Amino acid sequence: MRVLAMLCACVTALVLGAGQVVAQGSGPLRIEITEGVIEPLPFALPVFEAETGDAGSLAAQLSQVVAADLTGTGLFRQIQPDAFISTVASFAAPVQFADWKAINAQALITGAVAVQGTQVSVKFRLYDVFSGAELGSGLQFTGTTEGWRRMAHKVADAVYSRITGEGGYFDSRVVYVSETGGKDARQKRLAIMDYDGANVQYLTDSSAIVLAPRFSPGGERVLYTSYETGFPQIYVLDVGSVQRRALDAQEGTMSFAPRFAPDGQTIVFSLSQGGNTDLWSTTINGGAAQRLTSAPSIETAPSFSPDGRQIVFESDRSGSQQLYIMPAGGGEAQRISFGPGRYGTPVWSPRGDLIAFTKQNAGRFHIGVMRTDGAEERLLTASFLDEGPTWAPNGRVIMFTRETQGEGGRASLYSVDISGRNLRPVRTPEGGSDPSWSPLLD
Amino acid sequence: MTVTSKILLLVAGLALAACTNPDRFGGNGAGGANGVGGAGGALVPGSVNDPTSPAYFNQTVGDRVLFAVDQSTISPEGRAVLDGQANWLSTNTDFTAVIEGHADEQGTREYNLGLGEKRANAVREYLVSRGVAGNRLRVVSYGKERPIEICSTEVCYAKNRRAVTVLASGLTG
Repeated sequence: MRVLAMLCACVTALVLGAGQVVAQGSGPLRIEITEGVIEPLPFALPVFEAETGDAGSLAAQLSQVVAADLTGTGLFRQIQPDAFISTVASFAAPVQFADWKAINAQALITGAVAVQGTQVSVKFRLYDVFSGAELGSGLQFTGTTEGWRRMAHKVADAVYSRITGEGGYFDSRVVYVSETGGKDARQKRLAIMDYDGANVQYLTDSSAIVLAPRFSPGGERVLYTSYETGFPQIYVLDVGSVQRRALDAQEGTMSFAPRFAPDGQTIVFSLSQGGNTDLWSTTINGGAAQRLTSAPSIETAPSFSPDGRQIVFESDRSGSQQLYIMPAGGGEAQRISFGPGRYGTPVWSPRGDLIAFTKQNAGRFHIGVMRTDGAEERLLTASFLDEGPTWAPNGRVIMFTRETQGEGGRASLYSVDISGRNLRPVRTPEGGSDPSWSPLLD
Repeated sequence: MTVTSKILLLVAGLALAACTNPDRFGGNGAGGANGVGGAGGALVPGSVNDPTSPAYFNQTVGDRVLFAVDQSTISPEGRAVLDGQANWLSTNTDFTAVIEGHADEQGTREYNLGLGEKRANAVREYLVSRGVAGNRLRVVSYGKERPIEICSTEVCYAKNRRAVTVLASGLTG
């Protein structure tokens, strides 16, 4: 990873519209993620100004979450406030760039928070300290005091986006399976949380096994598998109302591994019958299921390409689990995985360029990525049991399940970026597995 | 994997399964050996000496068969257990059964669901071939969700790669 030319002094100040992306190499304050970050970019974030009397604690909390979002990427490093020479007395006051330069802050983030009743508004500015200019223009977000964390995430997304040129991913949620109990007495229930593990809410109780939830493309629904009836069956749950219903199932079959197509209507899933598991498709509103594969092997773990035209899935038709791509309506499949070991749980990146997978080789499990033609395979992790990758909305970070070995084995969530750096646990109140990352919220 | 090593694995698995560690299903591993129960002694209805009891089925007939890694083929030892199950089910016609297929933890979750279904179905087909009516037997896969042994070595994995015939009373059709 490389931070480009912070030294370049003769660059014109960038003043970009909100949400606009910094063109590559156009400015000094810039992180090229594709090259893998070696040295995190130092930023200063003085506690946001409280513009109303009662906004003090919220301003402090908000500032902390913005900083945590940025440092959590591994791309940024926060300069501790005790190093500050200058204070930011007010959001409107001019910035003393020399004071921030002296402590080697490359980015300065200032903000102000106002509370009125249950409404909070947050504004922020991002400065490129070395060029002495604002990067992008100031932005303001308004929401409820209850949803204050979302505003912090929006600020951090804007900062991240302006400096990296990539879309952000902090204002997003993760649905996952919350786990308690030992391996032979495990209780599972669906849970949803902010991407950073905050605001956990349980969506089901643990009276039946639940597995592998997946968000709809808009993030408002979740598909998952439950043993409520004693047999695995597919359910769709409305995130807002927490109402769920079972999809139609054929008597005497098992259905699982449901995934939404990008249209939010079509669902592809695995159906097992008579010792054979194939992929089928149906729609969210019912209707006749259509068979997509008809091999005597196990076909499962489908994932749509972002354009909805293809499906990557796993099959053991060759004798061991491998990855294949076929047209969304079924038809001839091309095998794309050829390395040693076995490959499962392929997930197409939201950018369309990569496929994340679980690889099992020589007694170890890995999360890896490859191009959609199988080229340039890279393994990002290695452990006793890593599985089930899900992509951050910007296609730069992957979250997955890591389970530890032996009697006390426990599942928990981890994230890693696609360079293989910044492997870190995602804290959840209980154990966690099978994460599915939402798109960026509105 | 060579055929020889597969056989060795199977034999190892079965030898382990013969240890009598009752688990939460009240079974005795793949045993099926002719031990307790049967003739002689006071017959307590519903107890393990009552040949018409589920306890007898679970422990004396043997409620489960074990599988090699990634396989759903029923071993000769497994066939012997299932012959006993088929006989028992043919005599005790009030019972139906759900055959639960399971996998060890060395595999991805959804693949293991498919694999468990394959194993359970292999048992179902065998029982049907031995005269048990198909409408008395349902299959379900738990994949790797319900291990009975929790160590992370082959000793435990071998017992977890199983299909268990779980009796229920009453015909469900």
